[in-house]
Amino acid sequence: MNNILVTKDVTKRFGEHTALKKVSLEIPKNSIYGLLGPNGAGKTTLIRIINQITFPDEGEVFFDEEPLQSHHIAMIGYLPEERGLYKSMKVGEQALYLAQLKGLSKSEAKQRLKYWFDKFEIGGWWNKKVQELSKGMAQKIQFIVTVLHEPKLLIFDEPFSGFDPINANIIKDEILQLRDKGASIIFSTHRMESVEELCDHIALIHQSEKILDGKLSDIKKAYKSNIFEVGLEVEKGDILLQDLQEKFQITSYAFNPIEKQLDFKLQLPSSDSSDVLAYLSGKANINQFIETIPSANEIFIRTVQTKDADE
Amino acid sequence: MSKLPLIIKREYLAKVRNKSFVIMTFLSPILMVGMVVLIAYLTKLNDNEKRIISVLNESSYFTNDFLSDESTGYVNFENISLDAAKDSTANLGYTGLLHIPEEGDLEMVAERSFFYSKEAPSTSVLDDIENVFQERLRQQKLKNMGVSSQAFAQIADRFEIRTSTFAGEQNLKGINELKAAVGGAFGYLIMMFIIIYGGFVMRSVIEEKTSRIIEVIISSVKPFQLMLGKIIGTSLAGITQFAIWIVSASLLSLVAFAVFGIDPDTLNQGTDMTSMMGGNMATPVPSPSKAMEYFQELWRLPWLMLIVFFLIYFVLGYLIYSSIYAAIGAAVDNETDTQQFIFPIILPLMLAIYVGFFSVFSNPHGPIAVGFSLFPLTSPIVMLMRLPGGIGEGGVPIWQLLTSIALLIGTFIGIVWLAAKIYRIGILMYGKKPSYKELFKWLRY
Repeated sequence: MNNILVTKDVTKRFGEHTALKKVSLEIPKNSIYGLLGPNGAGKTTLIRIINQITFPDEGEVFFDEEPLQSHHIAMIGYLPEERGLYKSMKVGEQALYLAQLKGLSKSEAKQRLKYWFDKFEIGGWWNKKVQELSKGMAQKIQFIVTVLHEPKLLIFDEPFSGFDPINANIIKDEILQLRDKGASIIFSTHRMESVEELCDHIALIHQSEKILDGKLSDIKKAYKSNIFEVGLEVEKGDILLQDLQEKFQITSYAFNPIEKQLDFKLQLPSSDSSDVLAYLSGKANINQFIETIPSANEIFIRTVQTKDADE
Repeated sequence: MSKLPLIIKREYLAKVRNKSFVIMTFLSPILMVGMVVLIAYLTKLNDNEKRIISVLNESSYFTNDFLSDESTGYVNFENISLDAAKDSTANLGYTGLLHIPEEGDLEMVAERSFFYSKEAPSTSVLDDIENVFQERLRQQKLKNMGVSSQAFAQIADRFEIRTSTFAGEQNLKGINELKAAVGGAFGYLIMMFIIIYGGFVMRSVIEEKTSRIIEVIISSVKPFQLMLGKIIGTSLAGITQFAIWIVSASLLSLVAFAVFGIDPDTLNQGTDMTSMMGGNMATPVPSPSKAMEYFQELWRLPWLMLIVFFLIYFVLGYLIYSSIYAAIGAAVDNETDTQQFIFPIILPLMLAIYVGFFSVFSNPHGPIAVGFSLFPLTSPIVMLMRLPGGIGEGGVPIWQLLTSIALLIGTFIGIVWLAAKIYRIGILMYGKKPSYKELFKWLRY
């Protein structure tokens, strides 16, 4: 239906160590799915299972409704975190080889490579050896090779490492374009700011278990704590502040008599802010009223810490 | 399109385009032939230098015994004192002075004879002289016993026993060794091939690990396909290299011998030596007609059968060992860590070669030969040393051959399965040098 990939109670053990414990995920089509978690949580193991590099001890994986099989490999593009190229092979030859391994014919691969090389303006690299390229340049080639066979599912593990900000932006835009064209993307990273920018859904894996997943906006709603940041322009700010402190829960405040600017943070019992607004209207000129929404970073840290505290 | 041919093609091209591989391929035959030519040339030079020995003979014996030949010239001094003779020998730059004193009978004279030289004389000089004395003394003794030298010549016939198999096939003496040497050459070829190209496979795996391309590749193909493609591609490159070596070395030697005017016969000694190193037993130097017989005998070897079994043992043996090499490459991060794992695989190869040379050559169907030709890690080498003797009666019993191949195939499947497991885990493991215990754990993942 609407999920490109579903895992059901996937468990993987390495000897005594359990790398994944009953992880169930539903990755919707045509979205960017953030796979988050601290180092060693089991993200890479999960991604390797999806790529059929390793196999689960228990549980099932479904790709587009079918049980995951080897022919699905051609429909998946994977950019691993640990990535590299053959150093002594020429760029073009290598890109052709990797594309052919993904099942493209030679002529088809050539044609598509030409398109991408022109797009990134790197046509002149075709006959260079990889060892002559900088790290960022090699990363671009790897990105091209990953998306070249137009897979339904793309898996990017830390795609921006090794890129300067300008090139990272280019890649980010490409990822968004790929989604718009219909690809589904799994995006694994530690960088929370890119999660905010890119992801529609996230899952948080910690100590081999999924501890949180869902739509990013829903999660944020669930995690918000009804705190509002308010800025008022008011003559007698100190008097108003006293009134407010009696009626509401003010957590921090600052009044600047010269600018006549009162800033404070407000904790409400629910997300309903109409009482406050009704109270404030007519008393002051409201120049700021924002509900604080937790960042993905905060959610990440909070969830992981709560989980650790429970144990 | 299947991916295996793609992998094989890439591995092959990566190998044959490699600069050091190209240099090795074309330089080695030149170096090899150059060395052989140099040895032959030096041998010739050495032989060309004629040594001159002065003889001061004051006795009545040996008057016509010291005759000059190609390599040694004898100059007789007469009517001068020993000291003067020594002086003149030194001044004339002769190799040495042989002094035969006057008094006494033959035995006493021989007893008191002396060879003087500036430096300690070479054994070949002394051998020549000693032979003359021995011959003289023997004839003297024969005469004392009343045997004429003609009568002695008649009894001096050398005797060689003729051998035959029960089936009535006549053998030449030493032909077993010669046959085994042919098999030994095949076995030695297998060993060299495994060590050289197994090492290449290993390094290629390590390269994929250190360049971190491995995870990209195995998200497209199965690790087993990659391993197999690598092994096949590398061995095709190896076969290419061997073919180029054989062709160019033979051409070069023809040219070189023509240019330097060296008669390949002068190499007899040299080839004996190299063949010893190469594992062949020095065959008893045959007379020309005997040589023909040996040659014919070699010609009559069952070459077709030998080549078929060579291919079977070569392919199976090489696959077994190179998949072990691939597993080692996968288990480590860099080449320096491979030592502890390589020794145990070279050990059976070495054992096979040495057991082959020291035991199988002299007794190709003895218990040791049978044991080692059944044991799968040594059978590719040892069985090939036994096979030139034939199959069936008088040769390798059929049950042994079949058992050996069956064991080899079984081992091949088992080892490749184990190696693929280690390979699959190992290529994704970074950072720590694994122990045998660790590897054992991987097998159970």
